[in-house]
Amino acid sequence: MEILIYGIVNSVSLALMALGFTLVYGISRLPNFAHGAFYILAGYLAWVGIRSLDMGYIVSVLLTIFAVGLLGMAMYRFFLIRVRGMPISEIIASYAMGLFILEALRWKGLKGMTFTLPVIYPGTIFLFDVPLDYQRLLVVAIGAAIVAGLWLFTKFTRLGLALRGIAQDEQAAMMLGIDSDAMATVATGLGSALAAVAAIVLLPLGNIVVEAGYQVLIFAVAVCIVGGLGSWAGAVLASFIIGFAQILTVSYMQSHFQVVVALLAIILTLILKPSGLFGRQKQLEERV
Amino acid sequence: MAEVQRRKERLDRGIKVRTESIYAISSWEEATYLLAPRLILVVGLLLAPLLIESPYWKRVVTVVCVYGLLGLSFDFLAHFVGLVSLGGALATGVGGYASALANKALGLPVFLSIPLASIAGGIVCTVLLLPCLPLRGVYFAIVTLMYPLVLSRLIEAFNILGGTDGIPGVQGFGGPWAESYIIISALLLCLFGLRRLVNEDLGLIFRGVKDNDQAVKASGISVTRYKAIAVFIASTLGCLAGAYLAHLYMWAGLSLFALDFSILPIAATVIGGGGTLIGAVVGSMILVPLSELLREFGTLRIAFYAIVLMGFIVVRSEGLMVWAQRKYHQFERWVQI
Repeated sequence: MEILIYGIVNSVSLALMALGFTLVYGISRLPNFAHGAFYILAGYLAWVGIRSLDMGYIVSVLLTIFAVGLLGMAMYRFFLIRVRGMPISEIIASYAMGLFILEALRWKGLKGMTFTLPVIYPGTIFLFDVPLDYQRLLVVAIGAAIVAGLWLFTKFTRLGLALRGIAQDEQAAMMLGIDSDAMATVATGLGSALAAVAAIVLLPLGNIVVEAGYQVLIFAVAVCIVGGLGSWAGAVLASFIIGFAQILTVSYMQSHFQVVVALLAIILTLILKPSGLFGRQKQLEERV
Repeated sequence: MAEVQRRKERLDRGIKVRTESIYAISSWEEATYLLAPRLILVVGLLLAPLLIESPYWKRVVTVVCVYGLLGLSFDFLAHFVGLVSLGGALATGVGGYASALANKALGLPVFLSIPLASIAGGIVCTVLLLPCLPLRGVYFAIVTLMYPLVLSRLIEAFNILGGTDGIPGVQGFGGPWAESYIIISALLLCLFGLRRLVNEDLGLIFRGVKDNDQAVKASGISVTRYKAIAVFIASTLGCLAGAYLAHLYMWAGLSLFALDFSILPIAATVIGGGGTLIGAVVGSMILVPLSELLREFGTLRIAFYAIVLMGFIVVRSEGLMVWAQRKYHQFERWVQI
């Protein structure tokens, strides 16, 4: 029972980390290697807002999500747009951006146990005799809400439909008057804001450390590859597979192996089904 | 009044055209034109340990060469085969540990353990990266990003290969001269060897893989196989650098998987000019001494590399050597149109 409940919590956390990455990649085919950096930056900004500036929890959290989203848009609009369509430079540029944020934060002294975000509602309840704190419950709730919200957003709003149009066929969408660059800007902003939401919900469970930034990037990428790059349903399913695999290895072996599980999942997927679980239409494109 | 529009016209210098064939040796001017840039590099590198007095800066010269090798390996993979490796540290780590093991466990001397470790490490890296070679896109970048992190985590978790303490007591080179000239000659050999290689048939296939893999496949050539060969060549260079480092510091440890070995060669290549090979070496000649001067800032150095990288990608994405080669071979003038 414990494995089941914590497996679900872990899976939803993975999905939260990965959704932003898969959103950006799915829409504009842009691998945002700065994703993990945005995650940690959001945690740090929220910490500054709450602890140093005394702005109250709600205000600083909302401001953080907004600021990180804006930063993501700015990153695309002023920086990545210049290397669009050159895959080598896209990867290097976004990775350099992420490295800069992470290492600058490390220099600011972001290490050790000193930086923690407060939980929203302290306390624990017992679900089937398993102790579960409210924060983890909240993770599941927010994760489910975001998945549902994204689904509604992309099916029923004009902006969401435009994003899907660009994702499916860029040229046709451009002929219908959808601006590809504007959509990519929106997508990067949304993806970064999602990273910020994930950080605010997940970081109270641990400390804000720079290493977590690299780890989040790795987990996000692992989930996306296993689920099929750019497929949201696949990402959710894949996060459940990897999430449970991780909880199983943690409870039967050591916690060191979480990253190894992610790598093994990637390698196995690449060998067995390179397009991922749900990447059927892109299969021909990706295999040489 | 109509606006006068101007355009920059670039023309090859006459001497460049004359030096393209065997007649280059007909006069000393043309021979000099061809040889001067190469000689400046070779003689400069060979003289560097003689001219530099302080042992500290001698050590910096060797580190420049190590990063030059790593940069060559990155540039070759990225701009001639189209595979972006974000984890150069994988090769240095594997090479360093392999060489330390060959030296300590098998008792091989330095001059055997380094070549052995380079080749064995190259094979190991190729096998590790094999699953993502049949695919295009970002998979290679992602998987190479993960491997150094995962391998160092594994060594820590299983407490194998000395765990967090590493393998101490690896045999050194026994003197600053051997130390400097081994890596300098290795760098020069690899640089000119790779330049030769990318103009051979093999290099043609590599560039085909990068630019149009469908055409390569349609010619009945296995893309995966040639990608594997390219990865083997590149990671052998990386492992050579790693093996050298293990003997230089007489210690192989987790720091061989450090982020510096992944990010600095990339920055060096972008600064020096991608696709020129020599650019990677020139880039590390600029960046490594600079980062030695910035040593007191600690990890902020990586942030500094990242800024330099971003700046060069946005402002001057061609890099220094592409620009310098253009100036050397061509003259420019404004023409009215």
